[in-house]
Amino acid sequence: MIKLSPTKKRTLFFVALGWALLLIGDRIGELLQYQGSFVAMYALAIASIILLTGYSGQLSLGHSALMAVGAYAGALSINNLNLHPAIALVIATFVAGIFGLILGFGVARLSGPYLAGTTLALAVSLPTLANQFPILGGEQGVVFDVGAPPARFGEDFSMYKWFFWISTLAVLIMLWLISNVVSSRYGRTFRAIRDNETAAALSGLNTGRLKVLAFAISSGMAGLAGGLLVMLISGVSPSAFPLSLSFSLLTGAVVTGVYSLKGVMLGGLVLVAIPEIADSIVTRIGGSEGFTATLPGFLVSALLILAVLFTPNGPGTLLHSFKKHN
Amino acid sequence: MTLIVESLVIDHGAIRAINAVSFKVPTGKLTAVIGANGAGKTTLLRGLSGLKEIKSGSATWNGESIVGQRPENLARAGIMHVSDGKSVIAELSVKENLALTGLWRKDKKDVALATEEVVSLFPILGERMSQSGGSLSGGERQMLAIGRALVARPKLLLLDEPSLGLAPLIIDQIFTTIRKFVTTMNLTVVLVEQNAMGALAIADEGVVLNLGRVVGVDTAENLLNDPAVRTAYLGY
Amino acid sequence: MIQFITAILTALTTGAIYALMSTALVLVWRSTRIINFAQAGQAVLSTYIGYEVTIRSGSFWVGVISAMIFGALLGAAIDRFFMRPIFKRIQSGPILMIAPVVATLGLLGIIQAVIGFRWGLTYQSLAAPVSTDGFTLFGRVIAFSPFNLLVLVFATVSMLLLTVLFQKTNVGLALRASAHSPEIAKLSGIKVDFIRTLGWSLAGAAGGLAGMLYIPSSYLYPNAMDVLLVFGFVAAVIGGLDSLFGAVAGAMILGFAISFATSYVSEKLVFPMAFVMLVVVLLIKPAGLFSGKKSRRD
Repeated sequence: MIKLSPTKKRTLFFVALGWALLLIGDRIGELLQYQGSFVAMYALAIASIILLTGYSGQLSLGHSALMAVGAYAGALSINNLNLHPAIALVIATFVAGIFGLILGFGVARLSGPYLAGTTLALAVSLPTLANQFPILGGEQGVVFDVGAPPARFGEDFSMYKWFFWISTLAVLIMLWLISNVVSSRYGRTFRAIRDNETAAALSGLNTGRLKVLAFAISSGMAGLAGGLLVMLISGVSPSAFPLSLSFSLLTGAVVTGVYSLKGVMLGGLVLVAIPEIADSIVTRIGGSEGFTATLPGFLVSALLILAVLFTPNGPGTLLHSFKKHN
Repeated sequence: MTLIVESLVIDHGAIRAINAVSFKVPTGKLTAVIGANGAGKTTLLRGLSGLKEIKSGSATWNGESIVGQRPENLARAGIMHVSDGKSVIAELSVKENLALTGLWRKDKKDVALATEEVVSLFPILGERMSQSGGSLSGGERQMLAIGRALVARPKLLLLDEPSLGLAPLIIDQIFTTIRKFVTTMNLTVVLVEQNAMGALAIADEGVVLNLGRVVGVDTAENLLNDPAVRTAYLGY
Repeated sequence: MIQFITAILTALTTGAIYALMSTALVLVWRSTRIINFAQAGQAVLSTYIGYEVTIRSGSFWVGVISAMIFGALLGAAIDRFFMRPIFKRIQSGPILMIAPVVATLGLLGIIQAVIGFRWGLTYQSLAAPVSTDGFTLFGRVIAFSPFNLLVLVFATVSMLLLTVLFQKTNVGLALRASAHSPEIAKLSGIKVDFIRTLGWSLAGAAGGLAGMLYIPSSYLYPNAMDVLLVFGFVAAVIGGLDSLFGAVAGAMILGFAISFATSYVSEKLVFPMAFVMLVVVLLIKPAGLFSGKKSRRD
């Protein structure tokens, strides 16, 4: 038997997962490909919340705004600089990351309520700011077009499959990078800060700088997710990033369990499934326009409350306590 | 009117802070609970006043169990706990601090009377009435904390380290006053102290705690003369 | 000159409404140590109740009183039957710090969804009891109406009543003592849990009043108060979360900043101004301008 280091094992896992997803992508219909792309995008966005909340103890309600930053940065690089979509996504990541870094110097060191409230204010105010700049296209926004799939993939290669490839590939690469970060020295120090900031500071860690760093990394991840989101809806506008998006991501994170990145795909699935479930409830029992429009929000919120109440540390703990009871 | 504690167990996190502790506090007497830092003295008081969960054992006051009761109800029943660290609300004035224990009492005339008595016991408080609690010196804060408890006309007073961090002169003054009101008000007092010498000097009875267990119960006088207690806690 | 006077009057009116919202947030913060994001939902639901009562009774005033009473009851119920079990359930673990706040977010979503079920997402308008046409000053119509004046009077009176309650009554003393030191309050025989619920219901009533005073100048829809939640939060942070006086002062500062920025620079500066004020205060005096506490970074 060949013994592998944890890092190599992880890399192998991601390669295998990517391979499996590509094979699956070949065998599913266009709707599933499209939904799968959303699952991957949400999983990344949820991972960015988990990195911040679960690994460094900060609560952000502003990730919808950070996603918007990445999305606009990506759109502008394609539209105005004629850059390749892949490079545009990298730029989306970095611009959001740098934005998060700058913002982080101001706010990341704030504790619970202040960070939550400040990022909430960001989420509310940033999209309206987008209306101020003509280059961002006001309420209509700007298009985000990754172009048709390369001709060498053949004529059968659909746009949806192309979205699926880009999304899963980008998300897997990013998650692979992040999983390396959290299992590294940095990840351990993040957790140390979360569990006991005073003790971490006493043992010589620069907790302020590490919190800013965590905020910046998380912002970069959100930026990439934002870029992917607007690729999937083919345009970026302020209304694509409502406050409720931040709440959904938080729900996804709490449902997945904020202390581990392992379940982010589950969180992504839940977020994609909720509107579908709401739809099927409405078709089955009917209901007013208001009911139809607010049901998804209701389900997300109810799930959030139930998760906080019953599985505050993730579904893993529920399973654990279930085993204990039996 | 007696406080009877029997095989009391209280945990502090993962540590068993109070382990099968039993003792009795006679009515109208001052009982000193002495012991080194970490002996479990503060935890014992927090358990008796309802701030800390009692794991097992019993504690009764006048034959009624005080286990599992809420602190505010115990306070209203006459068990007043003056917690350590000069428990004064810095943001409120001296007058307001003193008024807290009178808020829920029906007999407002007696509240006024009790407040006057406290002021005559600690005249400095009378001069500082409109100042904020945060502006007081350590000794004044301790007097305010004790005074606030007395306004409630308690039956049982639980005092946690009133001498902590105070100058010797102030400690003497506070201990003398405690002795004075135990006698004049017919109060039952449990005085938890690291300052064993000062506490036993004014106490009637004494309980010695070590690592969460009772290692000695006797009259204060006997404990003061006990060679073992002297070497361990009195330092001579 | 007229522009200047209008800016001041607008600042006072908006500041007064922000003040009601920031007061609501501070009342809960002082008793429970969380920012209650559900406040926006509680306030808007109370306003829907006030709106229904106004339509049925034909009186705006009956509507205001109903909104405030409903707000108070809802606030008390949320503390007693929602927050208290959550605090009881989650007593340890790193989630402890975020769980209650996350729960208020979930509650906000639930309340807004329930409003959607019952009233739909359409914009409703609530008629003001007095004219919303601006006064005429030196022959020109200004952006300050009899209704704005009424808002100002109402908010000021309710703030004064709240001040009297807090500073001059026994209940007020119990509220302050429980806020600053729950343990000492308990040991003094004060029923801290009850006092906490009382704080939530006062906050609920303030939110209901804020909604009834704000909505006639805007529209009523499930998210109508979200914006005021943000402004209320910013105002509370400017003033220092622990101080009721700070909440009002912070709201006035914010009201003036936004009013002058929008009046002299650009209409669109409302949100950016609020965000800039927030970040500036957090950077230069994190504990708020009117708080005695030193730091809020821990």
